[in-house]
Amino acid sequence: MSETLPPLSTGGWFRWIWRQFTSMRTALILLFLLAIASIPGSIFPQRGTNPLKTKEWISGSPTWGPILDRLGFFEVYSSPWFSAIYLLLFISLIGCVLPRVATHWRAMRTPPPAAPRNLARMQSHEVLDDADATALDRATEFLEARRWHVLRGESDGTSWVSAEKGYLRETGNLLFHLALILILVGVAIGGLFGWKGNVIVKTGDGFSDTLTQYDAWGGGRFADPAQLPPFSFTMTDFRVEFDRAVAQRGSPKLFQADVSYKANPNSTSESSTIEVNHPLEVDGAKVFLVGHGYAPHFVVRDSTGNVVYDDTVVTLPQDGNFTSTGVIKLPDASPQLGFDVVFYPTLQPGSIVSGFPAPDFPATYLAAWTGDPGLDTGVPQSVYKLDKTKMTQIGRVPSLLPGQTWTLPGGAGSISLVGYERWASFQIASDPGKEFALVAAVLALSGLMLSLFVRRRRIWLKMSAGPNGTTVIEIAGLNRAEGGDVSADIAIITEAITGKETS
Amino acid sequence: MTPAELAQASNSAIYASMLALTLAMVFFAFSFAAGRRKPAVTTTAEVIESEGGAAVITRTEVIDPIVPGRRSANIAMSLTWLGTGLLLLGVVLRGVWAGRVPWGNMYEFSITAALGILVVFLGFSIRRDVRWLGIFIVIPALLTLGLAVTVLYTEAAQLVPALKSYWLVIHVSAAIICSGAFTLAAAVSALALLRGHAERKAAGAEVTGLTARMPSQERLQVMANRIIAFTFPLWTFAVIAGAIWAENAWGRYWGWDPKETWAFITWVVFAAYLHARSTVGWRGNRASWIAIIGWSTFLANYFGVNLFINSLHSYSGV
Repeated sequence: MSETLPPLSTGGWFRWIWRQFTSMRTALILLFLLAIASIPGSIFPQRGTNPLKTKEWISGSPTWGPILDRLGFFEVYSSPWFSAIYLLLFISLIGCVLPRVATHWRAMRTPPPAAPRNLARMQSHEVLDDADATALDRATEFLEARRWHVLRGESDGTSWVSAEKGYLRETGNLLFHLALILILVGVAIGGLFGWKGNVIVKTGDGFSDTLTQYDAWGGGRFADPAQLPPFSFTMTDFRVEFDRAVAQRGSPKLFQADVSYKANPNSTSESSTIEVNHPLEVDGAKVFLVGHGYAPHFVVRDSTGNVVYDDTVVTLPQDGNFTSTGVIKLPDASPQLGFDVVFYPTLQPGSIVSGFPAPDFPATYLAAWTGDPGLDTGVPQSVYKLDKTKMTQIGRVPSLLPGQTWTLPGGAGSISLVGYERWASFQIASDPGKEFALVAAVLALSGLMLSLFVRRRRIWLKMSAGPNGTTVIEIAGLNRAEGGDVSADIAIITEAITGKETS
Repeated sequence: MTPAELAQASNSAIYASMLALTLAMVFFAFSFAAGRRKPAVTTTAEVIESEGGAAVITRTEVIDPIVPGRRSANIAMSLTWLGTGLLLLGVVLRGVWAGRVPWGNMYEFSITAALGILVVFLGFSIRRDVRWLGIFIVIPALLTLGLAVTVLYTEAAQLVPALKSYWLVIHVSAAIICSGAFTLAAAVSALALLRGHAERKAAGAEVTGLTARMPSQERLQVMANRIIAFTFPLWTFAVIAGAIWAENAWGRYWGWDPKETWAFITWVVFAAYLHARSTVGWRGNRASWIAIIGWSTFLANYFGVNLFINSLHSYSGV
């Protein structure tokens, strides 16, 4: 701009800003911002983990919903402001730590500074007045054997030893901060190359790991859905038990899925049991049991008397007692039919919810609809929802028990409840960055412990001639960490010099 | 013993412990009030503290009649030991009754957390004279126990499948020790703030009032720093252990579940504390406030997330 300004100005300003940015104060402020910015994600439902609730929240609050959505309150941890805070924090961290790595590297290769003139002013101070002339040699030998950095010298006619130890404190500190960056790298690897999918499998049914078999699948930018590991499994049995004691009635006691699996189409089949905390690890992926429910079995005949449906329908639990809902869509029946299904594992007559999660008294509520379920419009539809815009209800039945048949009004056909099966939902996930992140986390923890538990301290010894030809040794020390104390170090050195126990 | 007898014994031990702790609280309060009356003896109390090991006992004998409230503080300490022993018995019996580690629901977490607070305090009291701190430890422990036996009480039940893992022992025990240590650090920090206020008011003269018998503000701050420096790595460990467990149970090691989020917030706040301690202008009162905020985020996580927010960690079984 102006030629009268000194040429260093821009660079100077930049350096000043950089210094401010990498200062501890900035780090502090960014840490606070990070803590505060994390809070909304625990209060508002998050799209990533709970898309349904998020949708409900937004539609339930027409004023605030869209505004908060625009501001990223339903995807806090990937929102621009949250990302900005942690990226700034990490840049500040790098800017602070890298120069310190260089400084520390030099400090470790430099001997400690010379002993100060007046040792009596130090934190801890001892005087031995009956030492002999070799005391400093012994002290040096003792300190070097214990990996102290030692410098010997003479000034003002006294010879001295200066020793420093505890460099690991700063090493640990730097390791901790660098390992935090590595954790972020591990998270990023998982985010880019990892994938996960969900699938519901009924007892007796199988699953093979291809994209089309998943109910939902999501992967990182570099995760290739065409290259999924080619394993497959069949769920041979599923067991559930619920607590019947009064205290925690209805809470699950056990759920286990027995599977037989193949790592690839050519390998031999093996069997395993998947339960919570015991996923199946196969071919780099992990199969987790995440949920379960009921699939009632129906037979439907249409007006012509033909069987148009003979299958189990997956119903999704809506409450802790497994009141479960699902739908049947029969666009090819004559007339076109649709059913709302509510399955009660334990029917409580007169109530619209199940009384217990186990199938003590199973029954279904049914509502029958005729008309076009809108399956050929090309618009993707949920298999758990009936599009009723072009349908009309023809009747309902509050409780159909297994073995019972409901004849539909108007001669539209009939529906019978044959029984029920169980289904289990599995999450299948692969995170190639998790081992990396774990190693980084362990490094961070190790660094942290070094930086907090190792004490950086200096010890000085000075030898001078005392009265009557004796040798006087002064020992002093300084702990550079706050509130620290070097008297223990001084005690063992004194002991090493004099050969006597001090206490 | 039959299960019913075990249950009865566990509950009785916990009630007896609460009785002992309540008495301890009363005696701590006595000693506190007595300390207010005659602040002149502060210096002698300081001397005792700098002595190490066996010397303390002989010195106390001499000073005992002089320092007001010392006797009731000693009675209070004995009662705290008794209460802690009874509580330990209650927690162990609870575990025997349930046939597993006693960390299956919020009642059990709470009684163990109260035990954690007391054990950390008593552990500290072996090394140094922290009788002045007693009342600030016994009160939160009693509040936690009171809440546990009234609001949170549940019969022992089997663990839900999600908790059946050896990680329960590793992850939860680390978190419980942290709960005790964070409480201690917050109490010491709050006292540092009070004491600092009194010191400024005294303006160089002898400090009077409630905080007269306590160590100097600077020493309180150093003490809080030490506790947090010990606890922060343990908390880091608890979070990492939780992440490993989460990976094994839910298929991801970090998913911003509310419990995880608040554990992270606590971690960040205490990280800020450690940074504040080495930042000019932040070492003093501001650092103390940060320690108190950190403890509050821990409480928010324990009570708020367990009771009010729908989280994967909601095993509270209240």
